[in-house]
Amino acid sequence: MAKPPLMSELAASGNTPEILFWVGCAGSFDDRYKSVTLSVINILEKVGIKYAVLGQEESCTGDPARRAGNDFAFQMLAINNIQILDAYQVKKIVTACPHCFNTLKNEYPALGGHYEVIHHSQFIQQLLQEGKLKVEGGEFKGKKIVYHDSCYLGRANDIYEAPRSIIEALDADLVEMKRSKAKGLCCGAGGGQMFKEPEKGAKDINIERTEEAIDTGAEVIAVGCPFCMTMMSDGVKNKEKEGKIRVYDLAELVVKNG
Amino acid sequence: MIAQLIFIICLALTIFFATKSVKRIVRNIGLGKKLDLSGNTSERIKKVVLIALGQKKMFARPIPALLHLFIYAGFLIVNIEMVEIVLDGILGTHRLFAPSLGGFYTFIVNVFEFFAVAVIVVCILFLIRRNVLNIGRFHKPELKKWPLLDANIILIAEIALMFAFLNMNAIDQILQAKGNPHFHTTGSLIFSNVFIPLYSFASENGLLIAERFYWWFHILGVFLFANYLPYSKHLHVILAFPNTYYSKLNVVGEINNMPEVTKEVKLMLNLPVENSLPSTEPLRFGAKDATDLTWKNLLDAYSCTECGRCTSVCPANLTGKVLSPRKIMMDTRDRVEEIGNNIDKNGAFVEDGKALYSDEYISKEELLACTTCNACVEECPININPLDIIVQLRRYMVMEESKAPGQWNNMFSNLENNFAPWKFAPSDRFNWADKLND
Repeated sequence: MAKPPLMSELAASGNTPEILFWVGCAGSFDDRYKSVTLSVINILEKVGIKYAVLGQEESCTGDPARRAGNDFAFQMLAINNIQILDAYQVKKIVTACPHCFNTLKNEYPALGGHYEVIHHSQFIQQLLQEGKLKVEGGEFKGKKIVYHDSCYLGRANDIYEAPRSIIEALDADLVEMKRSKAKGLCCGAGGGQMFKEPEKGAKDINIERTEEAIDTGAEVIAVGCPFCMTMMSDGVKNKEKEGKIRVYDLAELVVKNG
Repeated sequence: MIAQLIFIICLALTIFFATKSVKRIVRNIGLGKKLDLSGNTSERIKKVVLIALGQKKMFARPIPALLHLFIYAGFLIVNIEMVEIVLDGILGTHRLFAPSLGGFYTFIVNVFEFFAVAVIVVCILFLIRRNVLNIGRFHKPELKKWPLLDANIILIAEIALMFAFLNMNAIDQILQAKGNPHFHTTGSLIFSNVFIPLYSFASENGLLIAERFYWWFHILGVFLFANYLPYSKHLHVILAFPNTYYSKLNVVGEINNMPEVTKEVKLMLNLPVENSLPSTEPLRFGAKDATDLTWKNLLDAYSCTECGRCTSVCPANLTGKVLSPRKIMMDTRDRVEEIGNNIDKNGAFVEDGKALYSDEYISKEELLACTTCNACVEECPININPLDIIVQLRRYMVMEESKAPGQWNNMFSNLENNFAPWKFAPSDRFNWADKLND
């Protein structure tokens, strides 16, 4: 696979890509989620769309700062990002992180940043619908896959069908947890929880959610969010089910399916 | 004549005290910060029709929704009867509309009676659900003492009012049958008929007294209940409508921008500052007390009927953390009431050393437990937003008090220095692509 084109290089040669792939901090630094980034790159390359990434010019969107109550930190990052995005005249952004997605889409406009923002699940769904990407009948055919809704994709932005349509396209057996879609239970990492120990309680939220996923009898827990990925993977580890259940991102499912 | 006079005095007192309560609540809600929610009228009316009037979100839980619908419809429909009762009270007439409406009168009173019976049945079921069955959301710590009593008072009052209404109609029919000229025929009222045998032993005089007793019990009960509402969680019967009207139109994922911060950040970054940004520094960033919240947050608090659907889906609460979104709303209302009473007593607010963000009301531990997952917001049948309050209190805790937990402070400094929440060098951000070929 080729190294993804950088926005700065394209701009220097007078090119503007159709989409900017917003990698996000987890996609850049988290060892597990880097694989998701590579899967998205794989898909982008496969369909031959003109895209670019920001590379070192990208910063955190500020989501965890805003939700933890630090709007100074949020706005410093957001305003800086908007300056860069606008300098490159970015119009359309695809991201594999629902937190980046929500912030870029819903919170940057108030600071003057207006972009068409698409979550990678929607992007893949579009490619499948347009026939640009084909996935049916591969490794996951007939396998039981449970989709865990990310709060920032689901309730926060009403996106429930795009992720499920991908799993269905794989000819997999899509199953639902008791609490799904608008009633989906949080993985426990949102609102800044990813970056601190949980408050004292009877149980960790990700354990509660993982148990629910395990109860479905699925072989794969599909996620579309880096925080959910961490929380569900930790949950599966905690339950010593690593041999039986794998946690995959939607883009990974598509790429692994071959 | 004396009865009419007493009635008019009671009605006047009811209106006087109710008006006072309305003024108090409007004033208290107005203690919140300004927030412009004007415009988008048609979209907002649609929300009211679907969510408040149509109870769309209630039906996510069909059984309580159906039961609630009976009380709700009963409340709306049986109250039409109040027009006649009040006019009778003022004019000294008896069943003013019976002669002119004829058969339609029989029909409409039968409809009222059907709903009266439905209300009694459902209120009994609700009393059982709340007090006997083990339904988690009715047994949380914040629902002890007054909130529990409040809920039971409402249910018992509704049963008593409907019971009086039905018995009044039953006795009326007995007196009609006896040919008492004061009692114009109503036609057969099929639900109150059931109560007729109860009075088979009574003399005509006794029946006349009993009929008046139930009539007065019912109407004075209604008057009292109307004045109880403003102090009760039951206020939702009115405030659900404005509250859904003013509910958030954008997706719930959006957390409001703080323009006062934007100005400071732009100055720091040497960027041009638009004139539209607020020019005066706010008293404080975020919210410490109820009056730092917006008027919509306070309207939310007054609209809450403490059903606890929010708490029953809160991931923090489900896993044993102290956070309960319902308690956030109850605390907000209690505190703004306290501030309102303080103002009434002293003419202007006199510092009482208390605040909404404090161990007495909403504690730091509660705020820190929230995952901002929006489950509470999604669940509320009338679009109350506890998360909006939590975020504003967090803003105060973090930006004014600088009391974020240590791990959050590390995250903030990583964001400031490395532009990522983790401690990685910004120059390493693109290293993930290293293993790809150039």
